[in-house]
Formats: sequence, structure tokens, C-alpha cells
Amino acid sequence: MIKTDILIIGAGPTGLFTVFEAGLLKLKCHLIDALPQPGGQCSEIYPKKPIYDIPGFPEVLAGDLVTNLMEQIKPFSPGFTLGERAETLEKQEDGTFIVTSSRGTKHQAPVVVIAGGLGSFEPRKPPIASIGKYEDKGVSYIIKDPEVYRDKSVVIAGGGDSALDWSIYLAGIAKDVSLVHRRKDFRGALDSVEKVEELSKIGKINLITEAEVVDLKGEDHLDSVVIRHKGQASDEEVKPTDHFIPLFGLSPKLGPIGDWGLEIEKNAIKVDNTYDYQTNIPGVYAIGDVNTYPGKLKLILCGFHEAAIMCQSAYQRINPDKKYVMKYTTVSGVSGFDGSKKEAKREVVKSIN
Amino acid sequence: MSDIKITIIDREGEAHVVDAPTDMNMNLMEIVRSYELAPEGTIGICGGMAMCASCQCYVLSNHENVLPEKSYEEEDMLDQAFFVQDNSRLGCQIHMKPELEGLEVKLAPQST
Repeated sequence: MIKTDILIIGAGPTGLFTVFEAGLLKLKCHLIDALPQPGGQCSEIYPKKPIYDIPGFPEVLAGDLVTNLMEQIKPFSPGFTLGERAETLEKQEDGTFIVTSSRGTKHQAPVVVIAGGLGSFEPRKPPIASIGKYEDKGVSYIIKDPEVYRDKSVVIAGGGDSALDWSIYLAGIAKDVSLVHRRKDFRGALDSVEKVEELSKIGKINLITEAEVVDLKGEDHLDSVVIRHKGQASDEEVKPTDHFIPLFGLSPKLGPIGDWGLEIEKNAIKVDNTYDYQTNIPGVYAIGDVNTYPGKLKLILCGFHEAAIMCQSAYQRINPDKKYVMKYTTVSGVSGFDGSKKEAKREVVKSIN
Repeated sequence: MSDIKITIIDREGEAHVVDAPTDMNMNLMEIVRSYELAPEGTIGICGGMAMCASCQCYVLSNHENVLPEKSYEEEDMLDQAFFVQDNSRLGCQIHMKPELEGLEVKLAPQST
């Protein structure tokens, strides 16, 4: 069990900055994120894109903003559970919460902060009505263990890097690999496109372009896919296969957080913006893009503001009997949990004789 | 006045004729959101960077010559999107300008 003062769900810019604001109040933080690296959208979607509305930064690349935030919070030694999605929230008798991840990691804290942005990034599922029926019964959206496909026949769909790369990889393992793509053009790295072309020529990959998988067949387990050519319902083939792997990138989903009993409006979590960004569950806060209230703006700078306010409230919740007033870092400096201390240089009073 | 009239058919099939300002650097995805023609969280998820296809629409009117060419990013995204047709565009890549007067589009189904 990982124990901390503030458990933050989502390691995007807002979640990361929360560590700093909490650290000033001597509260420790642990972050959970479904992505394998911190930074959220800034790292996953647009690390090389410039942002122009971070106060004090005329221009900063999203990836650099994350690097800077990681540097800024380093003194407060945050813990990370990465590559795991927060699945369940359970309130304990002592008022604390236990959050369990998709891999069963348990985290306990008196305060939970949801800084989940758009939600967790999940594979995009093609709109085939029966696809749910075959999930884990021949259909998978991610490849966890390539050995599963040894000596099996596999159909991969998609035209991006992951579809190309996995087709190449599985061509050496599976009995046969077919790659189905809607167009003739592939937009992956040039190396991968050329390699697929090469493998296709020697018959190691069965390349099926201008085609789409439109239906799945099989009793209990997938046994074939229906491939439509050039969008013509009259031009369909039934292709026997053991596995179908659609690889169409990731898209964010609110996910299990939506089932935690929180008030949801417009795909976001309703919070009290007149005070502390607390949700309808006392002790659970929501900040950044994941929350909503009248006049809400989904801006990084608003997330930072919400984090600062929310930490003051969390402090009162954790230390109900302690008196506290906000202190300026310029006056008090920053004392890290790692023993580091940053502060403004003091003026020296010394007489000159 | 620098508004143009455009027609947006929502995902339920209802047509809305709306005024779209051409002087605010707004794109079609933002027009849809400003008139709330699709629920928040189902359109413009990536914020308009041609990275999610949640604003995919079909261009029904004949504005081929005045629409901007598709960028590499837009082509790339449409390659990965679902329900794509020949007249598919990403709304976030269509900026409002006087030449688009009379534009008619239909929002593509929401993909999951």
C-alpha cells in the first residue's frame, strides 16, 4: 500500500504543479497516470508544439513546460505510479480513500485530487457492432505479449506507425499476417513503410489496401473477419483468422472515474468554484481540464490557479486544528523534503569602519 | 457585418443555419461548440490541433475551391479516423472567411 497526503490522479501540468503547492504546505504527493511518462497531453499529444499563454513565458514548448515542472517539484520528492489507470475509489471508515489501479496497485490518502484532463488515453475502437463480443476472444487493441500470436494467423488494421511496426514484428512470429488499410498511402516512418513493402513483395505480409474490416464472425471465439474492398458492399470477402488487432491510435476517455459517484456534467466533473474545487464527495477535489463550473476555461494557467486554492483547502482538511496563512516563496523560500533549501539572498548589515 | 451564414447538420440530422463571424479567427469546430450543436467533450477534444478527428464533418456544398488544402496532419488524422468519406474534413482546419458564405456541412458520427 502506497500512503501519502495527497493522491493526484493525472500527471499532466496541473497535477504536477499541485505537488509544488502541496509541498509548500509540507504535504506529500503521489501521482497516478495511465500513460508511461509524466506530462499528460503535453507529452503525449503535442510535446513539440509551442504554448504562448503561460504567464511569464512568451513562448514555451509543451515538452519543455513538463521538464520545467518536473524540475520545480523535484525538492518535494513526489511518488509516481505510471502506466496504470486509476480504477476504483473506496472511502474508508477513517475518512481516507483507497484508490486501486488497473494493475492492482493500492494507494491510500486522506485527500484525492483528480487532475485527469480529458481522461485516460485508450485505444480507439473501430465502429464494428459486434466487436465487444470478441474482445479478448480474438480481438485486442494493444499487443501485450507477441508470443500469443506465434504460428497463428493475424489481421491487423490501421495505417499509422503502430500498425506498420507490429505487422513487421509479427511477420516473423505469426503463421501469416495481413495488414488492412483504407488507403494506399501509409503515413508511418519511411523505414517502416519500405520494410512493409518489402515483406509484402516476398509474401511475408499480406497487404490489403483500399479495404476495411467491417464485420467479425465466430461462435465463441473470432474465426474470421469480413473485409470490404473500396467501400463496396458488393465486394466483400470473408477472411479466416485467429486474431484481429485494430490499431487506430489513442483517444482520451473519462473512463472509470465516471463511475465513482461524482457529479458529471458535459463530460467533466462538477466542482465548487466559489471555494475550493471540491467535488460532491468531500475530500475528493477535481482541478484542471477535468472539472467544470460556470465560466470554466480549459487553460493550463487556470489549472495552476485551481491547484493553489485546492491545496489550502486540503491542508485544512488534513490539519483541522492548525492555524495557517499562505506564505510567499520570496519571503519563506522553498524547503524540500529532500533536505534542499532555496531562498532569497538576505541583505547583510555590516558597518564599514 | 463580417458574419457569414453557414448550415450545420448536427449528429441527429437537424439542420441549423447559423451566423459565423469571420473576424475572430474562428474555425468550424469552434462555431459548432459556440452554438452547442454537439455536446461538450464530444467535439474539439484535442483543442483544434488536427489530432483527434472528433470534429470530422462532411462538406455538402460546393466550396471545394475556397476550402484550404488538407495539411499533412489533417490527412494523417483522417487516415486513422472512422466513417471517413471523400468529402470528409476536420472542422478545426476550416477557418471562417467571407468566401465560405453558404457553406453546408454535416457532422460525422461520434466515434468511441
